[in-house]
Amino acid sequence: MAVGEVMRMEVPAGGDLTVTSPELHVLAVDDSIVDRKVIERLLRISSCKVTTVESGARALQYLGLDGDKGVSNLKDLKVNLIVTDYSMPGLTGYDLLKKIKESSAFREIPVVIMSSENILPRIEQCLKEGAEDFLLKPVKLADVKRIKQLILSNEAEECKNLSHSNKRKLEEEDIDSSSSSSHDDSSVKDIPSSKRIKSESENRSSLL
Amino acid sequence: MELVQMQKNLQDYTKSLFLEGILDSQFLQLQQLQDESNPDFVSQVVSLFFQDSDRILNDLSLSLDQQVVDFKKVDPHVHQLKGSSSSIGAQRVKNACVVFRSFCEQQNVEGCHRCLQQVKQEYYLVKNRLETLFKLEQQIVASGGMIPAMELGF
Repeated sequence: MAVGEVMRMEVPAGGDLTVTSPELHVLAVDDSIVDRKVIERLLRISSCKVTTVESGARALQYLGLDGDKGVSNLKDLKVNLIVTDYSMPGLTGYDLLKKIKESSAFREIPVVIMSSENILPRIEQCLKEGAEDFLLKPVKLADVKRIKQLILSNEAEECKNLSHSNKRKLEEEDIDSSSSSSHDDSSVKDIPSSKRIKSESENRSSLL
Repeated sequence: MELVQMQKNLQDYTKSLFLEGILDSQFLQLQQLQDESNPDFVSQVVSLFFQDSDRILNDLSLSLDQQVVDFKKVDPHVHQLKGSSSSIGAQRVKNACVVFRSFCEQQNVEGCHRCLQQVKQEYYLVKNRLETLFKLEQQIVASGGMIPAMELGF
């Protein structure tokens, strides 16, 4: 990949050339079958890949946080965003949020809470626990578009910061590397990141 | 009947549902999510709503018929129905659920029974109207026509 080339394709270290469409994979959690259908469509129409589950427990199972290795190791099931209903039997959305934020593997995945009830203390509690945002139901297309923008711009910010900090590192070490781009933030794929848990983060910059 | 007339009938019918408060803007949101790639989205969601609601109303009837009513069981059902009706824009069902919940909170059995009747009434009304709406749509599609987009001029 030449310096300055706008990144459209992911070239992972393994050498496989994969053309990936810039898609967020969203895990949507809701005990209501009607709401699952609606949120799934809202997300799909916003060009997101969607997995829906009916409970917090199933969400943890899907992520592999329930003790089993589960599916969390499979690359194409990497979750970029979790959208969850608040009021669910068993684990509430808040409980799920806490578990995710307590997990070293998943705490950086943004979590958005949905609720039909506009209860300020509840909203504050969720935001305090690390929720990215709070959506009032019924969820509308504008809400989903806004969230998607928020997530993408957060990741772009993160990549940009990594790009700058790595650029400084490379300059300090005086390494002649073709990946140290001074003008193109999109070449972040070459930058190693200890912070990076999402392997597709290098795709994000091409989404802007 | 001419296609244009069918389309006009559908628009007038849909408009009347909004004017009567049976449907609210959330229903329009759902219609916006329907396109050539998902031409039956709205009727699919509404079908799910009907199935889900039938189940919930049945559970509610059973719960309220108990010797000792367990409001901890009743309220979550009403909450669920409130949520799903809100998600499809069934405004009057949703509003009836809001009232129902306040009677649950008061643990008022008599009040809850009345509310259940009210909710059922509103539910059968919206069910009937939506089934008619989908029939009108089907007739248009069967005649080779397109379903007109809802205008918000009213």
